[in-house]
Amino acid sequence: MGEEEPKIGVFVCHCGINIGGVVNVREVVKYAKTLQNVAYSEDNIYTCSEAGLASIKKAVKDHNLNRVIVASCTPRTHEPLFRSACREAGLNHYLFEMANIREQCSWVHAHQHEKATEKAKGLVRMAAARATWLEPQDEPELEIKDTSMVVGGGISGMTAAVTLANQGFKVYLVEKDPELGGNLRRLHKLYPTMQDTAELLAPTLNAVKASKHIETLTSTLVSDVKGYVGNFKVTVTQSDGEKRDIDVGTIIVACGAANYTPPKGLYQYGVFPHVVTQLEMDELLKNGKIEKPPQRVVMIQCVGARKGEIRAVDLAGFPKSDTARLLSKILKAKKEEGWPYCSKICCMNAIKNAILVKQKFPETDVIILYGDVRVYKEYEDFYSQAREHQVKFIKHIEEVRPEISHGLDGELVVTAYDALSGQEISLPCDWVVLSTPMIPHKEEVILARLLKIPISSDGFLMEAHVKLRPVDTQMDGVFLAGVASGPKDVPESIISAKAAAARAGTLMANKKMRTEALTSAVDEDQCIGCGLCEEICTYSAHYLEQGKSHTIAALCRGCGACAAECPRRAISMQHFTDDQILAQIKAGLMEES
Amino acid sequence: MTEKSVLVVGGGIAGIQASLDLAGRGYKVYVVDKSPSIGGRMAQLDKTFPTMDCSMCILAPKMIDCSHHHNVQLLTYSELKEVKGSPGNFVVTVQRKPRYVDETKCTGCGVCADHCPIEVPNEFDENLGMRKAIYMPFPQAVPRAMTVDKSNCIDCGLCQKMCQAGAVDLKQEPKETTLDVGAIIVSTGFDLFDSTRIPTYGYGRHKNVVTALELERLLCASGPTGGHLIRPSDGKIPRRIAFIQCVGSRDRRFGTTYCSSICCKYSVKDAVLIKEHEPNTAVSIFYIDLRAFGKGFQEFVNRAKSEYGVRFVRSSPGEIMEEAATKNLTIWYEDTVAGRIENQEFDLVVLCPALIPRHDAGELAKVLGAETDEYGFFKAANILTSPVDTTVPGIFVCGYALGPKTGDIPDSIMQGSATAARVAEILESV
Repeated sequence: MGEEEPKIGVFVCHCGINIGGVVNVREVVKYAKTLQNVAYSEDNIYTCSEAGLASIKKAVKDHNLNRVIVASCTPRTHEPLFRSACREAGLNHYLFEMANIREQCSWVHAHQHEKATEKAKGLVRMAAARATWLEPQDEPELEIKDTSMVVGGGISGMTAAVTLANQGFKVYLVEKDPELGGNLRRLHKLYPTMQDTAELLAPTLNAVKASKHIETLTSTLVSDVKGYVGNFKVTVTQSDGEKRDIDVGTIIVACGAANYTPPKGLYQYGVFPHVVTQLEMDELLKNGKIEKPPQRVVMIQCVGARKGEIRAVDLAGFPKSDTARLLSKILKAKKEEGWPYCSKICCMNAIKNAILVKQKFPETDVIILYGDVRVYKEYEDFYSQAREHQVKFIKHIEEVRPEISHGLDGELVVTAYDALSGQEISLPCDWVVLSTPMIPHKEEVILARLLKIPISSDGFLMEAHVKLRPVDTQMDGVFLAGVASGPKDVPESIISAKAAAARAGTLMANKKMRTEALTSAVDEDQCIGCGLCEEICTYSAHYLEQGKSHTIAALCRGCGACAAECPRRAISMQHFTDDQILAQIKAGLMEES
Repeated sequence: MTEKSVLVVGGGIAGIQASLDLAGRGYKVYVVDKSPSIGGRMAQLDKTFPTMDCSMCILAPKMIDCSHHHNVQLLTYSELKEVKGSPGNFVVTVQRKPRYVDETKCTGCGVCADHCPIEVPNEFDENLGMRKAIYMPFPQAVPRAMTVDKSNCIDCGLCQKMCQAGAVDLKQEPKETTLDVGAIIVSTGFDLFDSTRIPTYGYGRHKNVVTALELERLLCASGPTGGHLIRPSDGKIPRRIAFIQCVGSRDRRFGTTYCSSICCKYSVKDAVLIKEHEPNTAVSIFYIDLRAFGKGFQEFVNRAKSEYGVRFVRSSPGEIMEEAATKNLTIWYEDTVAGRIENQEFDLVVLCPALIPRHDAGELAKVLGAETDEYGFFKAANILTSPVDTTVPGIFVCGYALGPKTGDIPDSIMQGSATAARVAEILESV
């Protein structure tokens, strides 16, 4: 192809009226035809529709096109689609280029039709300049090992492990504690069926033990991860310090979450012994530690939740050595001010414990102070059950933190503001139960660092796309299960674990995959082996061997940091070469003739 | 069985995800959808929280992936009629309704529709826009083929005459296809509660009372108004908009006692979208409990309040009155926080109806032999431990067919993938 004269086809999309309502699309099409190397141009109502794609394929054939440009929306959502159309037309898909004339043009210049049209022309001109320099690329093919590691042996991790084992995949199940079961071991019963957690855990525990495909490693931590999708080398460290390297094709992170405990003194927690968290109440009920029937129990919702600010935390930007410092900073700040999100399960959990108290001590008055009762789904009926049990719900003014003090007879007194009457209320009681949120824990942040997956603003692990790829991560071959990505209840955790197992299973069943060719390439003649690229690479994609730098294509995300850093300009980015970018910039700066 | 194969009933986002996961691992997947196109409800939405990607923009590539996948066969405009057999060896009968257009010949050029003399309301646009009797429900439809709506067709034959591809066949008959599949996934989604059942809200009588799904179409740039939010009575831009939560949800009168799980969240999203369209429009949301659970939602509500000035009123309004001359609407409500009976005038009122089982969910359940729950949604074998298994072995369920266990799109996708895992567990052990 390199020898061949570039023949570019330009397809300009109306996107209904998204683009067409602002940009004069036909004029852009006409203009495109005047550009060097452009052999064909047309407009489409929706280039991404089946008709649009068919039209691209037809034009490639009819006009012998060897480059394709679509001027439409963002490559983030649509590039894969157009690339596959090129492939189906027999064209290497790296000969495709996109000009974003929607997000970067019609949407932001909605009221300047003429200028937007000129800008769209400019964007197309730039795309054509780059397309001229495009070269076909081969995507490296990787072997995918059909073994998996599940990190975390709670209900999510165990479910993911069993699901994969049932499909015949070998699974290493790694748990930091001496036994499996995770957070659920601390809980008494589960809403809404009031099933014993032990009863729920037993079948899954048994399935793990019975499976010949699962190797369980308890009291074990993941201490290092090397490699890439299909070929991870994970180092695990046992409590006795013994290390072991394990090769796996995929990794499922099911490391769970921690529970927020208020700092000493907040709501008198840690000061008065009868001020406990909801999780501690679960344990008290489970172990039969509440013997004397209380007169009254007051539960306070959203303690440490729905408070504080959002701040972006992206570990990818932090040097490795700083992880521990960053982590302690975040956790400390949040300990004081609380976490901004709604922890989702606390309303149901409070209702569950309220009903359990009522069942044990029918005479006890149970009051739940809430901001909103977020019993979503069918749990509404569970809420009704609580009211049938005479559990009282009081909406209080959340902005005013309830105060806990001692009354004259040594009882606890909760003072709060009733949001509906506006009155101060004073509630003498024997127990104060604080509903506190699930929060990310230490292991999670360390794993994020090791696996090179970012953290969302709420501190939990970030999905590849919050809407469309909820169990995938930015790192190919690494998936999320359970509460590692945010608060979930048991069924939701099980569903996400099954989903992660499906995604990992699909990948492994294929035994091979191809990866993006947009990677760094080292010119060994120019490389002086200074190692700057290795140092700067966030993804550990560069290594030095015999005084020369090498790229691990599967790890390289094509960010270009190494190419920018290299003092000898020995590194170039495939598919984003200097020639291509300079041509594009020149075309951008050129006045329209 | 030589080849592992699966039937997916319902081609919305949950079914698409399950299909792609299973096709990706080499199983043959048949996707049956009653509508002329796959895409389901997500196709009707304007933008999705929190990335504010337009819904169709992120869905369409998945729809096309599905139709182009060599392991997927789409059977649109079709219904499941019969199921026999057991896990690993089901024999299912699918009836293909006559589309009166040959899918393999039709290019979707739309010349037929240009000439069709019959115009009827378009269901895809919640009947706010029009389509012809020969039509494609929306421009990104998959497969890209026209469909003749025979209930409105007058058999003039113009479409047949105009079609260059010779694709129109007004004599097409229903066809039955028998398929051998190892497992079945149900992903048939939801219907909306009929808001006319609450007469005091005046839906159907008051022109400017619309449902939230109608609002999505009104906000959508590809919708009937080209994305201009105008009110139905006079085409004016509404400056005062109210959302009413729990229309049919959490309501014992109709047996829909559950929380539909998504309305608070999409209302806040729509409120912000409206503010972005028209910063001077005042938006109020009437709610009972503001259920902004789920990743990022509480933070979004905070922003809606502080950055966009969306007003939240804790109340379940009693009545909406229409002023005859202006068609403006007055909401009578009790502000339960202030403890006062109030009334306020609005230009447009958006009702957030309960999500209810598909009208034919019972029928489908009967064909499958699966149980439904007290509301009519598909019943999970065990809501804690087997949340995507139906009561029939080898038949699984995902998305809103399961009822409000599904919080939103990511939940549907996770459930779709989870059913794919369940299918693989079964078929790999057979």
